[in-house]
Amino acid sequence: MLRRLHSEQPDSFAFTPANQAWAEAQMTKFPEGRQASAVIPLLWRAQEQEGWVSKPAIEYIAEMLDMAYIRVLEVASFYFMFQLQPTGSVAHVQICGTTSCMICGAEDLVAICKEKINPKPFELSADGKFTWEEVECLGSCTNAPMAQIGKDYYEDLTAEGFSKMLDDMAAGKAVVPGPQNGRYAAEPKSGLTSLTEYEAGKPQYNASAELATTIGDGVKRIQGDEVPLLTPWIGKDGTVAGRVAADPTPAAPAAPKPAVKQAAEAKKDTKKAEKPAKADTPAKADAETPAKAAKKTEAKDAMAEATWVQEEKPVTLDGPRDGKADDLKMLKGVGPKLEQTLHELGFFHFDQVAAWTEAEVAWVDTRLKFKGRIERDNWIEQAKKLAAGEETDFAKKAKKSGLYDE
Amino acid sequence: MLKDQDRIFTNLYGMHERTLAGAQKRGHWDGTAGLIEKGRDWIIQTMKDSGLRGRGGAGFPTGLKWSFMPKESDGRPAYLVINADESEPGTCKDREIMRHDPHTLIEGALIASFAMNAHTCYIYLRGEYIREREALQAAIDECYDKGLLGKNAAGSGWDFDVFLHHGAGAYICGEETALIESLEGKKGMPRMKPPFPAGAGLYGCPTTVNNVESIAVVPTILRRGAEWFAGFGRPNNAGTKLFAISGHVNNPCVVEEAMSISFEELIEKHCGGIRGGWDNLLAVIPGGSSVPCVRGEKMKDAIMDFDYLRGELGSGLGTAAVIVMDKQTDIIKAIWRLSKFYKHESCGQCTPCREGTGWMMRVMDRLVKGEAELEEIDMLWDVTKQVEGHTICALGDAAAWPIQGLIRNFREEIEDRIKAQKSGRMGAMAAE
Repeated sequence: MLRRLHSEQPDSFAFTPANQAWAEAQMTKFPEGRQASAVIPLLWRAQEQEGWVSKPAIEYIAEMLDMAYIRVLEVASFYFMFQLQPTGSVAHVQICGTTSCMICGAEDLVAICKEKINPKPFELSADGKFTWEEVECLGSCTNAPMAQIGKDYYEDLTAEGFSKMLDDMAAGKAVVPGPQNGRYAAEPKSGLTSLTEYEAGKPQYNASAELATTIGDGVKRIQGDEVPLLTPWIGKDGTVAGRVAADPTPAAPAAPKPAVKQAAEAKKDTKKAEKPAKADTPAKADAETPAKAAKKTEAKDAMAEATWVQEEKPVTLDGPRDGKADDLKMLKGVGPKLEQTLHELGFFHFDQVAAWTEAEVAWVDTRLKFKGRIERDNWIEQAKKLAAGEETDFAKKAKKSGLYDE
Repeated sequence: MLKDQDRIFTNLYGMHERTLAGAQKRGHWDGTAGLIEKGRDWIIQTMKDSGLRGRGGAGFPTGLKWSFMPKESDGRPAYLVINADESEPGTCKDREIMRHDPHTLIEGALIASFAMNAHTCYIYLRGEYIREREALQAAIDECYDKGLLGKNAAGSGWDFDVFLHHGAGAYICGEETALIESLEGKKGMPRMKPPFPAGAGLYGCPTTVNNVESIAVVPTILRRGAEWFAGFGRPNNAGTKLFAISGHVNNPCVVEEAMSISFEELIEKHCGGIRGGWDNLLAVIPGGSSVPCVRGEKMKDAIMDFDYLRGELGSGLGTAAVIVMDKQTDIIKAIWRLSKFYKHESCGQCTPCREGTGWMMRVMDRLVKGEAELEEIDMLWDVTKQVEGHTICALGDAAAWPIQGLIRNFREEIEDRIKAQKSGRMGAMAAE
């Protein structure tokens, strides 16, 4: 199945503060330098938050995990649970259609989806509330036929029951997940044939349905504050016991860098090479050195377009004017860390950033950890707007979601 | 029939307490430190003696697999990875363990990791099992809280962490090297072997990948002894096993039974018989979608274990996911649906599988409708043989076998349908 990014993409993506904390906690599950392992959980959480996985989300997560964009896009398009197009505002309905469910009536459920939602899978219903698809085995075969709606499994379905369930969900009524025919879990319907000892005192619902009813986040978009964040593997001393006990994991081979990063680094190399060539003949040196510095064709191509400028130190301040700095985090691409670095370099105001010349950008660029970021995220353009008191899309969103609120 | 006191998964249906306290009441986490004290060699030898064969489908002896791990670390850490990516059609047994009896798995992970010199265990859960993930994580959190995991886990002197990780809906990640790739944050494409994971697996370090059920039975086997476990089932097919029976039985269910139970007893005791009676039984897929189907009349006396199903019936026990189909089932369509499944799930790395699964599905499309030539049956057989054995992982084989089973057992049905479509009449039987 061809899986591509959706034709219409939002301008930006950011995790909610609670989801951001959750995502950072997931990264601690893996040894130092192996944070790329967390890519699937992070993409999934982004999908839980937004309803689908967008291009800005992929880029955001790539930055977080220090992965090349293409590696994250590869993962997002390889795994079928990631929805690369917007889904229904209430829920995305997944009907299990593989053999066990098929011979128990899954085709009737698909027919209802076609009639009630949309004749085609992945396309929004008229009211925008639902999308649907037929998925491969969901691993609940003794409770066939079944469907996953939001986070939950609805099992032992009948066509009528399923149809009514969709109506209830559209009307915002709660439906208890789990078997819909009076069964408890995966036991024989006519009564227990084993393990009868505990039947009398059993809890009201099986474990899945119980979690669903107590947390109550079945079809909800996840903000991250539904359940407390726990990271018990990090001990009281702040270390992970099993990781300390074992010898360190071998470091990962250096990940291939995106072309933009390569270009930026090649630029840095060039500048180093330029120094002995003396600054008075920059034009000549420019023509020769890139060819030497470039090792890869992409870098070469990228460099051919780039213009080489001499670094020049911009005007910096010792402290913010009137003691009050602008919130530089409102620039897309600047987080708390980068803001601090900028402060240390002597930048506190949007108008300072807006006034950078090309040469000054190069100076700042070599002193930041993220090379090429100023151009890629278009800081100067953003800073001009913000300095003039206008809003950018990112700033609006960051303020609204309380992205950097403590 | 297996007695309740011989069942390992005593909370399979979640009717007892699912908490740590509940698990301890049922006898789990009892003397774990003592078991670990007996040492690595004792644990591995006991597992070998118990005759436990891997519960993930292939049936490789678990103790033997553990013994492949390096005895001494060469500077690299070792990992245990638990395969909870349960996605083989028909299979839904591990889900019951993880949501209702999670402590069997966590305790097993500690002991197995110790036996393999691993301080870290990753559980790779399929992405769709969201509530199961929450239930299992809650159990893990509780274990950390009570000192059963983390530094000096369960007072054994072994520092040990369990991390719960998940996938995102790719069947191929149930293959061990694809699972490792996925765990490293890549596409789930299987690796060439060798090197085997025990030599270079996760992050290039020695790794053992085991199924959930294989690990979850370990503590009970060690507590009750290898002889106890080996006492169930025929030789070489020891132990108890979770069976998941789905399809056209009166009461589909997941149930723990002794290995080598007869199919008839399994169905009659737990599933309330075949829908419409035994005469209405058409076919059975005895071990999940990857094994060939068997004609109903051959199944009634079948013994449900690895050797009988493979040796006598040319099928397999696989994950013990039994899919029962009665005579109202369109068997060609049922197998076509599996072809569709494999086409969907092929990772696309090897050409025979990437192209072959599509070819097979398209021929099956026509066979379902009967709009085909008789020669195409042999042509399809030929294609399955071109795919089988010519791929890095077993998904190619798994895609070929159900079709081979169909042609071997139900060739007449396919031919009848083609003839009926051509002549506009029903098959030979109806013309009599």
